[in-house]
Amino acid sequence: MSDETRETPAGGTAPSRRALLGWGGAGLALGAAAAGVAVAAARSGDDDPATAADSGAAVPFHGAHQAGIATAVQDRLHFAAFDVTTKDRAELVALLKEWTRAAERMTAGHAVGDGAYGGLPEAPPDDTGEALGLKPSRLTLTIGFGPSLFAKNRFGLEGRRPEALVDLPKFPGDNLDKARSGGDLCVQACADDPQVAVHAIRNLARIGMGRAAIRWSQLGFGKTSSTTPDAQTPRNMLGFKDGTRNISGTDTAALGKHVWAGEGDGPGWMTGGSYLVARRIRMHIETWDRTSLQEQEDVFGRDKGEGAPVGRSKERDEPFLKAMLPTAHVRLAHPDSNGGATILRRGYSFTDGTDGLGRLDAGLFFLAYQRDTRKAFVPLQRRLAAHDALNEYIQHVGSAHFAVPPGVRDKDDWWGRALFS
Amino acid sequence: MRAVRFSVVTAAATAAALTAVTGCAEKSDGKGDGAVQVVAKDDSCEVSKKELPAGHIELAVQNKGSKVTEVYVLFPDDRIVAERENIGPGTKATITAEIKAGSYEIACKPGMKGHGIRQKIEVSGGKAAKRSPEMDTAVAAYRTYVQAQADETLPKVKVFTDAVAAGDIEAAKKAYANSRIGWERTEPVAESFGDIDPKVDVRADGLEDGQKWTGWHRLEKALWQDKKLGAEEKALAPVLYKDLTDWQKRVGTADITPTSMANGAKELLDEVATGKVTGEEERYSHTDLVDFKANVEGAEQSYNLLKPIASKNDAALTTTLDKRFAELNKLLEQYREDPSSYDFTSYEKVGKADRKELSDAVNALAEPLSKLAAAVTK
Repeated sequence: MSDETRETPAGGTAPSRRALLGWGGAGLALGAAAAGVAVAAARSGDDDPATAADSGAAVPFHGAHQAGIATAVQDRLHFAAFDVTTKDRAELVALLKEWTRAAERMTAGHAVGDGAYGGLPEAPPDDTGEALGLKPSRLTLTIGFGPSLFAKNRFGLEGRRPEALVDLPKFPGDNLDKARSGGDLCVQACADDPQVAVHAIRNLARIGMGRAAIRWSQLGFGKTSSTTPDAQTPRNMLGFKDGTRNISGTDTAALGKHVWAGEGDGPGWMTGGSYLVARRIRMHIETWDRTSLQEQEDVFGRDKGEGAPVGRSKERDEPFLKAMLPTAHVRLAHPDSNGGATILRRGYSFTDGTDGLGRLDAGLFFLAYQRDTRKAFVPLQRRLAAHDALNEYIQHVGSAHFAVPPGVRDKDDWWGRALFS
Repeated sequence: MRAVRFSVVTAAATAAALTAVTGCAEKSDGKGDGAVQVVAKDDSCEVSKKELPAGHIELAVQNKGSKVTEVYVLFPDDRIVAERENIGPGTKATITAEIKAGSYEIACKPGMKGHGIRQKIEVSGGKAAKRSPEMDTAVAAYRTYVQAQADETLPKVKVFTDAVAAGDIEAAKKAYANSRIGWERTEPVAESFGDIDPKVDVRADGLEDGQKWTGWHRLEKALWQDKKLGAEEKALAPVLYKDLTDWQKRVGTADITPTSMANGAKELLDEVATGKVTGEEERYSHTDLVDFKANVEGAEQSYNLLKPIASKNDAALTTTLDKRFAELNKLLEQYREDPSSYDFTSYEKVGKADRKELSDAVNALAEPLSKLAAAVTK
């Protein structure tokens, strides 16, 4: 457990509200507080390794930052991008309030509204019911606002679009499907039980009907990066450990430096928020599988078994970048090759059956959070798109960018209040 | 159109709504000794219990005869409460329904023909449905609407079936979509007659084993896909007319309640959401938007009749519904040049993004519309 306190967006060191609220929900022992280490126990909140191990627990919804970013990565994902279909700002605001209340209930393991049964027999129940009897499963729901929401003559938000919420440039090799790209809103649902994540998106979609319609969605499994460095680093669909150097969810200094938008970074409503890039990256699985082990390891710059960087013996040994091929993925992606640019990855593997040609429709659903996309994902991806040896085996087929506002503070607060108020 | 087996569900749902109005709907799993055993043979129809409590009933049917059979639960006037067709020799089937107090008949029809072998049953308990005068007004007005739709449809069907019988492909194509509008506007009521729907509105993929394909879509395929009218098609045309005449005669006897009207409106949107918006319903003629419009019109009719009741109980809901109906209608208007005609854009010319927009608008209306029944009965 970290002995640092969580940084506030302003740079202070008070424990966040979510962290304080967190320990009860996270099921930590009361004895810790009684022993006078309340702050230490409290600040750990959902980031505590012990909590991460308890896959059934509830992650506190309220806090300075939205849960689902620094939170220890859960096993499953259902990510949905929505088009706002209403033209009425008041309807959009009402939707965001209703979504917030539903999200509070679902992340705590409760059914939406009046529940899934016991109501009027001639009317459909408020909740769809497939998560009844399941644990909260560390469900987090994280909302983001896409560039199109800030378009002129829509909701009067054109003056509030953060400069960092850029239209992503076209990167060489991109083969983007419009039907899998963009969106006015997104909701990232992460949980340890896939049914809990699917239930959450399904209920939010239902509440949204008439105001917001799902544009595309993606299911993910097998987290491909970890925000808990003590845990085993997971492998991606190419069989390699991925995310060894990721930012730890407990490293408040790194989070403050690279992930959370601070005061003065952009519009005030984004302080404590973050910028999310979502990319659907298809992998050419079959050709990869018939690539020699040597080439596979050269492509990544790590060995396949241990995950150690070239010339080193342990996974977490400091990589010696110059020992790798100039086109090695790890070398090109490393902050040292990118002027320190660092992102927090929360990607998941996906397999959507086969593609009609018998090829596995599989890959990485890449999710990256950062303080300023212009200084992180964009230069990083430019470099990768131009030089990465891995490009022979992958293709970016979907893309979206969202401004992820700060957390919902309490029961009276709602997703996006600072943007719309 | 739905497959035959769905008609049982429709009937049960309608009856469930009835019992719900009386407040006597009982939660029951319908298992165990609650089930009524029905043993169907070629010359008998044995029913284990003839006196039943109102509420959920379950018939456990065994066909011990040599012929395929069907079993019906009927109102005294032969309206169908619930039914199950195509129960093969030596097989079992289950029929469930919600039933209020009254006299009923259970009919087994060996060979699936004729009047059937019948047993009377008595259902007791519960209270008579209590309806306000404004509910009665709404139901009566809707009943008139349903009958008028059928009456106005028959001559249009005649134009279509005569053209088919005469082998006039162009005239038949022209009359096809128009002949379906009245049916599509009142589809949930039409479907409550479980035996008519599969004869007139079944699609190839909805057929059960051994079922002969008849009706509109059989002729639609001949006209647009096969592009010829043979002896078989010409012979099917008068059969369609006859089956729809049967519908016209019986439609006035349909069991209609405020909640079945409300849920019927929602079901019309469900028809759009599952069959029309995908282009499945009119896959050869691509006249899906005509059906689409008719379904919405029928739903709107139900809704408008119930609105005085619903707006008292849930004004926010009726405000939303007014808005959503207007939005969906406005969207649909983009697909026809003349608002007084039913010449809509061919659905094959409606692109993917536009279909998505239509689908979103249908969901936007259907989701709040699903709350109408509750608002009516509050």
